[in-house]
Amino acid sequence: MACIEARGLKKAFGTTIALEGVDLRVEEGRILGLIGPNGAGKTTALNAILGLIPYEGQLKVLGRDPWQERDRLMRDVSFIADVAVLPRWMRVSQALDYVAGVHPRFDRAKAEGFLARTTIKHSSKIAELSKGMVTQLHLALVMAIDARLLVLDEPTLGLDILFRKQFYDSLLNDYYDRSRTIVVTTHQIDELQDVLTDLMFIDRGRIVFTCSMEDFESRYAEVTVNPDRLAAAHALKPIHERQMLGRSVLIFDRTSRQDLAAFGEVRTPTIADLFVAVVGGTTQAKGAA
Amino acid sequence: MNTQSNTIRDSAMPAAPAAPAVISPWQSFYWSVRRELWENRSVYLAPLGVAAVFLVGFAISSFRLPAKMRGLTGLDPMHYHDAIAQPYDIAAGLMMLIGIVVSIFYCADTLYGERRDRSILFWKSLPVSDLTVVLSKASIPFVILPLLVSAIALAMQFIMLLMSSIALLGSGVSISGLWNQLPLFQMALLMLYHVATAHALWPAPIYSWLILVSGWARRAVILWAVLPIVAIAGLEAIAFRTWHFAALVGRRFIGDAHSVAVSPGEMFPTNPMVHPTPFHFLLTPGLWGGLLLAVIFLGLAVRLRRYRAPI
Repeated sequence: MACIEARGLKKAFGTTIALEGVDLRVEEGRILGLIGPNGAGKTTALNAILGLIPYEGQLKVLGRDPWQERDRLMRDVSFIADVAVLPRWMRVSQALDYVAGVHPRFDRAKAEGFLARTTIKHSSKIAELSKGMVTQLHLALVMAIDARLLVLDEPTLGLDILFRKQFYDSLLNDYYDRSRTIVVTTHQIDELQDVLTDLMFIDRGRIVFTCSMEDFESRYAEVTVNPDRLAAAHALKPIHERQMLGRSVLIFDRTSRQDLAAFGEVRTPTIADLFVAVVGGTTQAKGAA
Repeated sequence: MNTQSNTIRDSAMPAAPAAPAVISPWQSFYWSVRRELWENRSVYLAPLGVAAVFLVGFAISSFRLPAKMRGLTGLDPMHYHDAIAQPYDIAAGLMMLIGIVVSIFYCADTLYGERRDRSILFWKSLPVSDLTVVLSKASIPFVILPLLVSAIALAMQFIMLLMSSIALLGSGVSISGLWNQLPLFQMALLMLYHVATAHALWPAPIYSWLILVSGWARRAVILWAVLPIVAIAGLEAIAFRTWHFAALVGRRFIGDAHSVAVSPGEMFPTNPMVHPTPFHFLLTPGLWGGLLLAVIFLGLAVRLRRYRAPI
């Protein structure tokens, strides 16, 4: 069964169209990166999936209609939104008590175990914790919930590199088990390159690109070409070209790596570079990568 | 730092197939109410603080009590009772007043605050329905505060009686008059009855209206809550030169003592001479009209919360 299935998903805020007919299908057990520039509709799409906003079109999450059955769906879905949303007045112990009190799939001992690895004290108020610690706490709460779908909207925004690394490491080592599905949006795409199983680019309310990371690695190749070989390389029809230190960096789609090896060292492009190649030409949001 | 995909697979632990515990709606409701009390500590700290200050004042005044008691001898029973019961009535009245004030502030902030501090996204990430949330919030003015202020009033009156007794015993004045005039248990039951009827059921549409507006307004909740009332009252005043609507809202606000009990003269609601008239109260059409309105307002608040996002 597909974990998330959307057909013709539309959402407009007044005259602003946030989603313009999104079709997507996320199978169970995948880690999907939803990548797009600011205002592309990422958060709107996630909010629709989480039952936070009404929408037009068809949407089923774990077989349920999120808008009609949010509270029921939240037994199987967890999410961390793009801003710190843990209530500042709450104590860490109260957060544990409350989630344990209302969530049937919350394993308190597990959450305590995750917290024991941090410097967070049970008696602390959330307002007293640093941004990194709040994220650690939220992650500890969420990872202790035996959910089937976890949605992360910019979970590491504003965290330093150590916290970000730690965040994805614990997610993979302590949480992900291939039966769970994770959907994540982030601007720090390249940190996710080895984490994701699937990739989706969204731009101006539409899904413009989708592929699995296995395909990504076999399909796309990047070569840095000296000026004298450039004409020959162009003959192989690169999908994107950029200049770096006086040399051209070309990205190819479905081109034999053996052929490309003649021009220089062949690598897999970063997600950011592919994003610019695929989306960048049609949008002004190159900075998003 | 192993984030290679093969490492993921090796280190991935299978999810423990724990049978999920069942959370009953009552359990969700119970934790939601506790959550409200964690967040809004003023619900109990405000009445407790006022009670403490009052008791300090009463303790100081009890030095004058023996002289006062001697001066009361010879008064007719009615005035004698009033003179003794007065500070106890003030204590109960203070608790009723603080209950109203806390209810107003609580209701006006409750669905607004969670949007302002964005925590609504956290609450909505948990399997708690909007109905449970709104009902747990409504339980604060309708259940928690009436019980709480009644209990605190009883505790205050008991402490006051002990203080008075100590003061009187020290000076050799009999305490039997004091204890005879103050049937604390009966007074507490009267208080509970009065608060539950006149300060919870009767003003239910007022509190529900505030909860609804707190879920709707993007700023200045009290202003938005008051504006339509002032507009309707003003319209009525200009068009018909009457003030019925304003009077109606006013009576809802302060609690209509006459519809819940019969008392000879201007007696305080916890006076033992007051006769509660619950059947009369339950047959008042205004009560049921008000409750219907309250149910509509709360129902709208439940629906509204579904659409609400942080502001």
